[in-house]
Parts: sequence; C-alpha cells; structure tokens
Amino acid sequence: MIQTLAFYLFAIVVIAAAVLTITARNPVHSVLWLILAFFNAAGLMLIAGAEFIAMLLVIVYVGAVAVLFLFVVMMLDVDFAEMRAGFMRYLPFGLLLALVLAAEVIFAVAAWNAGGVDMGARIAPAAGDMPNIEAMGRLLYTRYLYIFEAAGLVLLVAMVGAIVLTHRTRGGTRPQNIARQVRRRPQDSTRNMKPSVGQGVEL
Amino acid sequence: MTAWFESWGMMHGWAWFLATIIGILIIALPLMLAVAMIIYADRKIWAAMALRRGPNVVGPFGLLQSFADGLKVFLQETIVPAAANRGLFLLAPIITFTIALIVWAVIPFDAGVVLADINVGLLYILAASSLGVYGVIIAGWASNSKYPFYSALRAAAQMVSYEVSIGFVLISVVLWAGTFNLSGIVLGQEAHVFGLLNGYGFNPLLFPMAVVFLISSMAETARAPFDLTEAESELVAGYQTEYSSMAFALFWLGEYANVILMCALNAILFWGGWLPPLDIDLIPWFDIPGILWLFGKILFFFFVFSWVKATVPRFRYDQLMRLGWKIFLPLSLTFLFLISGYLMLVRYGVPA
Repeated sequence: MIQTLAFYLFAIVVIAAAVLTITARNPVHSVLWLILAFFNAAGLMLIAGAEFIAMLLVIVYVGAVAVLFLFVVMMLDVDFAEMRAGFMRYLPFGLLLALVLAAEVIFAVAAWNAGGVDMGARIAPAAGDMPNIEAMGRLLYTRYLYIFEAAGLVLLVAMVGAIVLTHRTRGGTRPQNIARQVRRRPQDSTRNMKPSVGQGVEL
Repeated sequence: MTAWFESWGMMHGWAWFLATIIGILIIALPLMLAVAMIIYADRKIWAAMALRRGPNVVGPFGLLQSFADGLKVFLQETIVPAAANRGLFLLAPIITFTIALIVWAVIPFDAGVVLADINVGLLYILAASSLGVYGVIIAGWASNSKYPFYSALRAAAQMVSYEVSIGFVLISVVLWAGTFNLSGIVLGQEAHVFGLLNGYGFNPLLFPMAVVFLISSMAETARAPFDLTEAESELVAGYQTEYSSMAFALFWLGEYANVILMCALNAILFWGGWLPPLDIDLIPWFDIPGILWLFGKILFFFFVFSWVKATVPRFRYDQLMRLGWKIFLPLSLTFLFLISGYLMLVRYGVPA
C-alpha cells in the first residue's frame, strides 16, 4: 500500500520536475527542477530496494554534479529572449528525437510482451540477506573486474585531459610559496647594521 | 515502541506511524533546546577566551539569552527584498534547517537507541550533508545581491572541496569497521587498541584521519577559521545578508545543528561514540549510561570548535583551497592506501 503510494508520488514528481526542467524560463530554475528530479529518482531506487544506488545518486549527482551545474549556470549571463528564439529552430530536431524515443518505447513494450530473452537472465543472483553494497562489490571486483578497472582508467584519462586542456600558468603573478615562507629564518633575512653618522645603509 | 503501541490493540501501520513520529519529536525537540544552549555556550567560551563576560543579563548567568534572541527574531518583520526571487528566497532557509534535522535520524545515541538503523547510515549522512550546500547557494542567488552571491559561490566551492577528503576519511573508517551502519561502526571500536582503548582515533593509522576529519568538519560547517562564506570584513554577513526574522533564525538554528552533528560524528566515528574511552571497569565506568558518554564527547568537541573559533584567525580563500586540495586530499588518499594495505595484510591475507 504505502509502497504503491510512494512509487506514484516519486514517479509523478520525477516526470513533473523533468517537464518543468525543460519548460522553465529561468535556467537556474531549470537546474533546481533537475535536482528535484534526481532526488525523486533516488527515491524510486530506494523503493526498488537499491539503497546503495539511491545514496550514490544523491551524493554524486545532487551533491556534486548539480552543484557545479548550478555554479556555472548562476554565473552565466543568459539572455532569455535569445534562448526563446532558438525554440522554433530546434523544434524539428526535438520532434525527431521524441519520435525515435516513442518508437523505442513501443518496440520495447512489444518485445517485453513477446516474452523474456535468455540473455536477460541474471548471472549472479545475490543472496537475499546480503546488503546490496556487498552484493555489488562482490560482482564488481570479481566478475566485472577488468571492465570496472577499464572504466576507472577512462575516467582518469578524462580527468587528466581536462586538467591538461584547461590548466595554464599565468605570468605576472606572485603566488605564495608556503614552504619557502616556513623555511625562512630571522637570521637569514635580517642584518644588524650600525651605520656611523652621515652614512646610509646599503640594501 | 511499535510493539508497545500494538499491545494496546493498534494496527501495525498506525502503531509504526505513531512510534516514528514520537521518535522524531524526541530527537528534534531536545536538539532545538541543545542548539539554544550551545549558542549560549559558544558565546560564553568565546567571551572567556577574550577576557569578557559574555551574555549575563537575561536569566541566571545569562542562560536565557538565546531564548530572548529567539523571541526577538520571532517578533521581527520578515523582509523580502523587492529584487529577490521570492519563492527561492523563502525556500533556502527551510532547506538548510530541514537538512540539518534529517541527518539526526541515523545517529545512534546508545546501543540500539537510533531512529533509523539503516545499513547505509554513513552514506545517508554524506548524502544529506552534501545537500546542505543548496540552502546556501539558493539563498545567495535568490537574494539578488552581490555579497550574498559571492558568499554562495565561496560556499559551494568550499563544501565540494572538503567533501572529497571527508569522503576518503569516511571510507577508511568503513574499511576498518566493515560496515556503513553507524551502530556497527561504534561497536567495531570496542576494545580496538590492545583490547583496552575504545575508539578508532587511538589507532596510529587512523589518528591522522581523525585530525583531518576534525578540521574538515569545521570547514564543512563553515565555522571559524573557515567561515569565509560569512566573512564580515569582506561580505557583510555573507549569504544571510538580506535575511531577517525567522528566515534568519532558521539559518542560525540549522548552522548550529550542523555543528553539533559534526561534533557527534567526530565522537561516533573516531572516539567510540557511546562507549567509555577505556574498556576496563575503573570507577563504576560501565554503569554510566552510554548516552552520557556520547554527550560528553559531543560537548568536548564543541569546546574544541569554540576554542578554535576564539583563537585561530580566518584563512584566506586560496589558503583554504590549498589546505583542502594540496594537503588533506593527498594525506587522506595516502592513509586510505596504507589502511587498506594493512587490512589486506592482517585481516584477509595476501594471496601469493
């Protein structure tokens, strides 16, 4: 009972938030609706019994990715009128995408009605009492180890690439070198001068 | 408590509902009271370190000062700036306050005394604390004013940066405990070192992580010396500049509830939670209820927070980023490797 209610609640909010994401006039509102959609998707995962995925969705997407989105979008100087103007130009392309998606959904439902595929059988059913972090870790680090490591490598390369592409050393700045500051001693940087009368100090 | 209500002849669903509501109130109401008293304590400690008296007018020893402030704030007018984004402007303090409260659902106060004993407790805390930044960002943006906006940007960058090293610290604790459940983590600390000391913090491999976590938790809650989001010499009052009345009070309460939460997390993750520090019966050591041990530890860490606030000057923003990315991140990563290597060697054995 409560599961069904919760499912419909989360599902409706996800869809509503998704619609508002693309229709909101203000891009910051769009991102906030997107965050709401992520959050409710996490709720759906929770109902499906995948509490680990749900938490990861909130931590990674809501907590990190969307914060950066918001960060960037807030600093953009967006001209709303110009954004509206692009609407008609992209409309055919959008309709095409919608058509493809709708065809795929119909196709998938038809295929599902025709009966399961053998490939869809679970390879490694997890024990019912195992927390799903453990079940997932066991699969990721045994059966799918190489794929998992390869995915990690791809992400590492992407990260290094982003830094290489965007990092530049700016000239003309005097950055603080903390190690040098700490290493500095009074006797190295001060001199006790006793200039006689009429003579200055040579620096 | 559910079973107790059921014994009165209630249906299971309603009994569970009622028990949960009561559980929430039992945590949330004393928490609000604790926030009021901890603000008083903060001001008193701060004053004592500056050789001042601190609040001493309202009530005996000024004990009622926070309540007087609360009443004053309650009676003020809520001002929404004309240029502000009205809905989001009012939503921001609500988000901050709610997030600060929901995290307490998984905090274990004693063996078995916890509202939601879920097996991803620590991830839940990480998730909820990463939501906390939205209150600040939305407040800064919706105010439609320069200083709050700068503050929001600072807060976003600061919290995301320090969450990275906090994540590694939490993972190293989880590796050692073998569970994400907070009660499990506390129980895993029983007689951890030499079968004598309760607490991961006494472990030489985990002690540096405890220090990193303590400092990162100050940064995460934007307490001094990392309070760049509301640095009054630069940003007026940061993201709260445009707020007044109850909206301001919600930020205030949420901030201090977060500080208490971080103190509680320090106690639970590294210093044995509700367990006494030594696993031997010195004085009637085990007869002291666990919840008192936990409160004692929380108060100790809060004292440390106040102490730091009173004595350490504010960081510059580039120094803050340097500390987070160039010192804490490599340090916590190194210790994560050391700890997992040690555990592989000792606990699981290295094949070939």
